[in-house]
Amino acid sequence: MTVPLNANADVSGSADDDVLVRVENLVKYFPVRAGGLIQRTVGQVHAVDDVSLSIPRGKTLGLVGETGSGKSTLARCVAGLIPVTAGRVTFEGRDITNLSRRAMRPMRRSIQMIFQDPYSSLNPRRRVGAIIGDPFAIHKTATGSERKRQVQELMERVGLNPEHYNRFPAEFSGGQRQRIGVARALALRPLLIICDEPVSALDVSIQAQVLNLLADLQRDYGLTYLFIAHDLEVVRHVSDSVSVMYLGRIAEAGPKDNVYGSPRHPYTTALMSAAPAADPDTAASRQRIVLVGDVPSPIDPPSGCRFHPRCPKAQPLCSETEPQLEVKAGDPATHVTACHFPVKAGENLAAAGRSELS
Amino acid sequence: MAIFRFLVRRILTGIVVIWLVATGAFFLFFARPVATVAHQLAGRAATPQVINTVISNLGLNQPILVQYWHFIDNLLHGNLGFSYYTGESVNTMLKQDLPPTISLVIGGLVLWLVVGLSVGIISATRPRSLFDRTSSVAVLVGLSMPVFVVGELLILFVFVPLNKHGFTWIQTGYAGISQGVVTWAGHMILPWITLAAVQAAVYTRLTRGQLLDTLGEDYIRTARSKGLSERRVIYRHGVRAALTPVVSQLGVDVGQLLGGVIVVEAVFGLGGLGQTSVEAIYTDNLPVIIGFVVLAATFVVVANIIVDLVYALLDPRVRIA
Amino acid sequence: MSIGGIEVQGREAVAAEAFLDVANVEGRSQWQLTWRRLRQDKVAMASLAVIVIMVVLAIIAPAFVSITHHPPNFAYPNTGETVAGNPVGPGTAGFWLGTDGTGRDLFIRILYGARISLFVGFVTTAIGVLAGVSVGLIAGYFGGVVDTILARFTDAVLAFPYIVLALSLAVVIGPSLTVIIGVIAFFSWAAIARIVRGQTLSIKEKEYIEAARSLGAGPFRIMFLDILPNLLAPVLVIATLYIPTAVVFEATLSYLGLGIQPPTASWGNILSDAQNFYQVAWWYVVFPAAALLITTLAFNLLGDGIRDAMDPRTERVFAAGRGRRRRDTRRKLADDSGTVDMSRVAPSIPPAGSN
Repeated sequence: MTVPLNANADVSGSADDDVLVRVENLVKYFPVRAGGLIQRTVGQVHAVDDVSLSIPRGKTLGLVGETGSGKSTLARCVAGLIPVTAGRVTFEGRDITNLSRRAMRPMRRSIQMIFQDPYSSLNPRRRVGAIIGDPFAIHKTATGSERKRQVQELMERVGLNPEHYNRFPAEFSGGQRQRIGVARALALRPLLIICDEPVSALDVSIQAQVLNLLADLQRDYGLTYLFIAHDLEVVRHVSDSVSVMYLGRIAEAGPKDNVYGSPRHPYTTALMSAAPAADPDTAASRQRIVLVGDVPSPIDPPSGCRFHPRCPKAQPLCSETEPQLEVKAGDPATHVTACHFPVKAGENLAAAGRSELS
Repeated sequence: MAIFRFLVRRILTGIVVIWLVATGAFFLFFARPVATVAHQLAGRAATPQVINTVISNLGLNQPILVQYWHFIDNLLHGNLGFSYYTGESVNTMLKQDLPPTISLVIGGLVLWLVVGLSVGIISATRPRSLFDRTSSVAVLVGLSMPVFVVGELLILFVFVPLNKHGFTWIQTGYAGISQGVVTWAGHMILPWITLAAVQAAVYTRLTRGQLLDTLGEDYIRTARSKGLSERRVIYRHGVRAALTPVVSQLGVDVGQLLGGVIVVEAVFGLGGLGQTSVEAIYTDNLPVIIGFVVLAATFVVVANIIVDLVYALLDPRVRIA
Repeated sequence: MSIGGIEVQGREAVAAEAFLDVANVEGRSQWQLTWRRLRQDKVAMASLAVIVIMVVLAIIAPAFVSITHHPPNFAYPNTGETVAGNPVGPGTAGFWLGTDGTGRDLFIRILYGARISLFVGFVTTAIGVLAGVSVGLIAGYFGGVVDTILARFTDAVLAFPYIVLALSLAVVIGPSLTVIIGVIAFFSWAAIARIVRGQTLSIKEKEYIEAARSLGAGPFRIMFLDILPNLLAPVLVIATLYIPTAVVFEATLSYLGLGIQPPTASWGNILSDAQNFYQVAWWYVVFPAAALLITTLAFNLLGDGIRDAMDPRTERVFAAGRGRRRRDTRRKLADDSGTVDMSRVAPSIPPAGSN
């Protein structure tokens, strides 16, 4: 369960001891450059704008959002792949924000990543055995036949035939390639695995297999996952708690059942209504909330609440003041929402008129 | 006005480049032991007295920086020095050599652009046709041929037989326009073909490739579906877009053109800048060589500026940069 | 056959073998696949054969000296020249291809010229590849200031007319083989570096590079183990296509007198002297020219063939009988995922014929 955090909360000493990774007020801006010979910075892409979250050991935090919400950027900041503009990332209590490559290296044994595209996340010119064996080679934990043995063990564990040690990625299907990626991430028995849309590029039937594999591994090895996706159903399946991101900020966060059962943020509600429902009866009776307009550009985010241009419940206040992440009436302490006019139980947003504010 | 700023920037950079090249050449040649330089200048069989005369006459004893200063000073006045053999001013020599070189370059340029672009366009619009396949073979052969080989083969198989049978329009050597345009052309036609042959191959392949890519783009398909005539589609839309890489290739080639010019002049005995500078090598005529180097750099810089300008006109995105 | 000590026979053996085959098949690497495709390309194979023959001939040139008893620099004014002092034609007096201006055996001289040309071609290309790949890789991977400096320097070198440099060096040092190799290598690395840099930039963005970083791999490990294997394909094509350029460079420099000096034979200086004998000795021009042309053509065709074998999607300059236009078939071939796009490889290298 996530510990609720105010956007301005002071978190020192207030956390549970079993929090594995904590992100505090993370900000990541990318400069927009223009100009010929001498480039000047003419703007910033607000990819991640003051995000906080924490993940307890052995649990899975699902991070949901559309394209452009900043979730992939956030993942990479946590993994230390891109430098952070402001804020902090702590792992097992240690501050790992913007560590030098050298200092970060030992941390890399504990923090691993699984990537989205099975076709481009494996080097096509290298054999699978070498790819999975990379972590052993880099961190010098096993060599020669011992390394091969461990690699083949891993291959078996993720459901691959260890005889295929010398094959190239091209000879595997998409699902199998993701398994290779999982094996690679698992090699050094990490504590945290960041999964960046690991099943988005797979066929639905294969998705289930890979998700089940991930669940098994979590159980067997006590893994902690930061699971990023845009598919709500997938997130629901794997997560213990969920955070919804919109345009670089957290819109709503809380335990899975709370967020799915009673979403408070209009954006979350709209997302849920757009997800296909398996039961045709439910689907027919559900009202779709259609959001107007496109996701605004993160270079120039809307004032106040970032969602207000598309929100069916928007009021003048929404364009002026940024809402904070707070517990809304009737919710447990762990379920927070950033909205001035959260959705009440039973409220039908599809019927809500649009205010004059556009 | 962005174009204006663009131009100014390019010209300034160009001047810097020319200055760098001149300085580099100067130090390369003159920053050696005085005796070596003097020996080279005085000629291989010079006696010590002659060498001393040379040293005092040319002020080779002075500190290198003083010499450099004189050099730059002269350069800024347009004075490239004197040749040590003939006593002629280098300026005069180079000026005399200009007409053959310019005739060659302009004629060759026109020829290869015309041939290269047209064959490239036709090939692209009729892919896999007999024409296309034949021209592809010709392109490949053309790409493989060294310039001087083309020249020699042309002389051997065209000039010699024709002359033997009394057809004397085609000649080697140079004849200025003052002697009649027809005569002039007769002397220049083989050199033009030689210079243009390899380049035409390059441009044919480039144009064809670019045009094929462009014609496959969606906006071409849209234009066609709008009912525009095929010709309009190809020329207005396709060629225009395909032209930009051709222009940038031109910029690159301009620099390398010098080599071709020198070779062609040598093969056909045109007596232009190229030939003069090569002769200067044999005779260790340093001032002429430096003069040529500086002139070459200037030519390359100017040509690049022109090419950049054309490119900027063709592609509006470039102007802002 | 026996599996685990147990004898298996007949149909079971066949089935068992098939099963084991499938289980033990090693992935076929990109190189093996490329070689297979190349083998089916008749034009490329013919070119390869020509090149091999040429190399062999060059190496065993001294053998031909023994056979004909004509050393390369030895003049035969009596048997090798006509009364008027002109070269004699092919077949006369034991001169297989005739003689040159001073009565030397033309065939032998062409062979020795081949030694020089091929040597220069291979050595300068090798130097160029080593230096060019290093520079391009470093510039492309590290980016930033390093890249700006290296890239600008590379561009400056590329833009510089080689002939000017050759002239200058010839003045200062005097023409020689070393000068030639120096000048050509000086430009070859730049051409290669530029392309390698471009490829590195695009490979750098691939996810597997990010994955390597996330594992904690250092920059050099990534450059050599992850990026370099993906570069080898385009580099091989570039190298093959650059060799003829180097050969032509050398020939041109020797032709102008800035390179190999007579009496040492080089195709360039042979052709230079041949100009004095247009009217009377066609063989003096034709045979060395043919040797040059065949060499450069062979390398160009081979390079084209290799490029096509590595990425069958590219359109070849000369691809007779390929059927429908391939350009439209952009579907990913199963073994090409992540392959470097070859269609943009090597358009900016000055082709063999230009200077």
